[in-house]
Amino acid sequence: MSATTGVRGARARRLTTGIAAELGMIVVALLFMFPFYVFLSVALKTPADLAASPLSLPTDPAWANVADAWQRGGLGQALTNSAIVTALSVAGLVACGSTAAYLLARRAQRLSLGLYLVFLLGLMIPLQLGMVPLYQLMRDANLLQTYTSLIIFEVGHQLPLVIFLYTGFLRALPREYEEAARVDGAGPFTSFWRIVLPLLRPITGTVVILSSINIWNDFLTPLLYVGGSAQQTLPVAIFAFRGEFASQWQIIFAGMGIAILPILVVYFLLQKYIIKGFASGIKG
Amino acid sequence: MARIPYAFVVPALLLYGLVVLYPTVAGGVYAFTDWTGRRVAPSFTGLANFAELLAAPAARSALRNTLLIALSTTVLQTVLGLALALALHSSLRSRHLLRTLFFAPALLPPVIVGFLWQYILTPQGPLNEALGAVGLSALQQNWLGDASIALASVIGVIIWQNAGLTMVIYLAGLQGVPPELLEAAEIDGASRWQRLRRVTIPLLIPATTIAMSLTLIGSLKLFDQVYVMTGGGPGYATETLSVVMYKEAFVSGRYGYAAAIALVLTMIVFAFALVQLRGLRRFEVDS
Repeated sequence: MSATTGVRGARARRLTTGIAAELGMIVVALLFMFPFYVFLSVALKTPADLAASPLSLPTDPAWANVADAWQRGGLGQALTNSAIVTALSVAGLVACGSTAAYLLARRAQRLSLGLYLVFLLGLMIPLQLGMVPLYQLMRDANLLQTYTSLIIFEVGHQLPLVIFLYTGFLRALPREYEEAARVDGAGPFTSFWRIVLPLLRPITGTVVILSSINIWNDFLTPLLYVGGSAQQTLPVAIFAFRGEFASQWQIIFAGMGIAILPILVVYFLLQKYIIKGFASGIKG
Repeated sequence: MARIPYAFVVPALLLYGLVVLYPTVAGGVYAFTDWTGRRVAPSFTGLANFAELLAAPAARSALRNTLLIALSTTVLQTVLGLALALALHSSLRSRHLLRTLFFAPALLPPVIVGFLWQYILTPQGPLNEALGAVGLSALQQNWLGDASIALASVIGVIIWQNAGLTMVIYLAGLQGVPPELLEAAEIDGASRWQRLRRVTIPLLIPATTIAMSLTLIGSLKLFDQVYVMTGGGPGYATETLSVVMYKEAFVSGRYGYAAAIALVLTMIVFAFALVQLRGLRRFEVDS
């Protein structure tokens, strides 16, 4: 009898601990989410609401803030710019990164190993050291205020991460299929295109996710290259926006909301892959 | 096996050489010159830029702040990320939702996170208001305006944004801890703390290495959030090497001096990275 009560007691105790842990974590998460509450509530407040209290809920959601931010901030243009720069840079990264990694992973020679290490150095080198010389190169080539300057920069800058990911994956990938293709008379380009690239799909997914986010969010170099022009990307536009609307926080927050909405939508749709990508990769 | 021609690596090498290798080497050379924005021929000045860096108040506090930010975010974010991962690698019903929420800030543009917190931390802003509402008005601060706590506020913001990243690295690491090992330890009478200390944490060393080197290198280069939240102020209280370098180069046009600051930053990153290199190699095999 007493044994049964003991088991029941232990079970009840475990249940209580479980509930307490669950509630505890939810409280922690709510505190952690406080900035998101501020974000949403401020973006939808009228100036009078905001002046009354920075914490309260909006009395009546002021959707006009969003329309205002969209029209006066040129955010539609910035959104398009960010999408173009990100898409083309990521395409370039997949093309250059996968081919380079194929050679680096498959040819075990001094030269290819040395090249691999040179690429890996780029994971550490702060872009600050080359910032001025590269800026001048872009200026002398008349590329400032163009998408091209940003795309060239983003591809070169993200390549070390991309090559690192592809090479690691390729080294673990069996060579049988490529060898079979060679026996059938396929050259290196054909077998890369037909055999290897399709096999790389899982890591290409990771590469696309990681580099899209890094490029979409990039600020410092886009500020230098396309700041103040019609080509400016979202983070740069938001930066200008903040200066323009000084203390009209409700408009600034509405504009920032427009800028992060695409990221959040993609995140909630693809969260499993995104989290896996970040867990297996390095943020560049 | 037919040899893969070196043509495969040429496009990548050209772009990487153009964007990273050439400018970095050029910057390294300019660090020893008095080059300015006006296109007069620069002349070599030896170590003069570095001597100035060690004497100038802005650069000196930037050096100190950069190291302080890097060390404190690395330690605190690792501890917090591990704690979150352990709490969410469990049977909690809400664990999937909570993981999604804790990771979300890591995806946001740092510029936007900077402005969001700039508002939250204003003297009459939401944080002070919330503290007042729960009877903690003694804790209210001028978070970014008071030189004695501005740096701590910046560090807090960085950790808020990136703790979720450390968490997902640890969650991936925890998948590799065999449950049988923990059960065996439990049968042998190991307490919960002993199992964590003697079984789980040692098996998480690769994850720790990755998480720490990521945080360390990232926070040494920190620019965006600081630049938009405080611009390095008040005074020089939150200046970092990246921010000072940017101002010297693109506001004052002192390219040589800015390159010297960047070279010092590079040396610091490499010094720290060397220590971590072995861990990174290990990780490469797993990915």
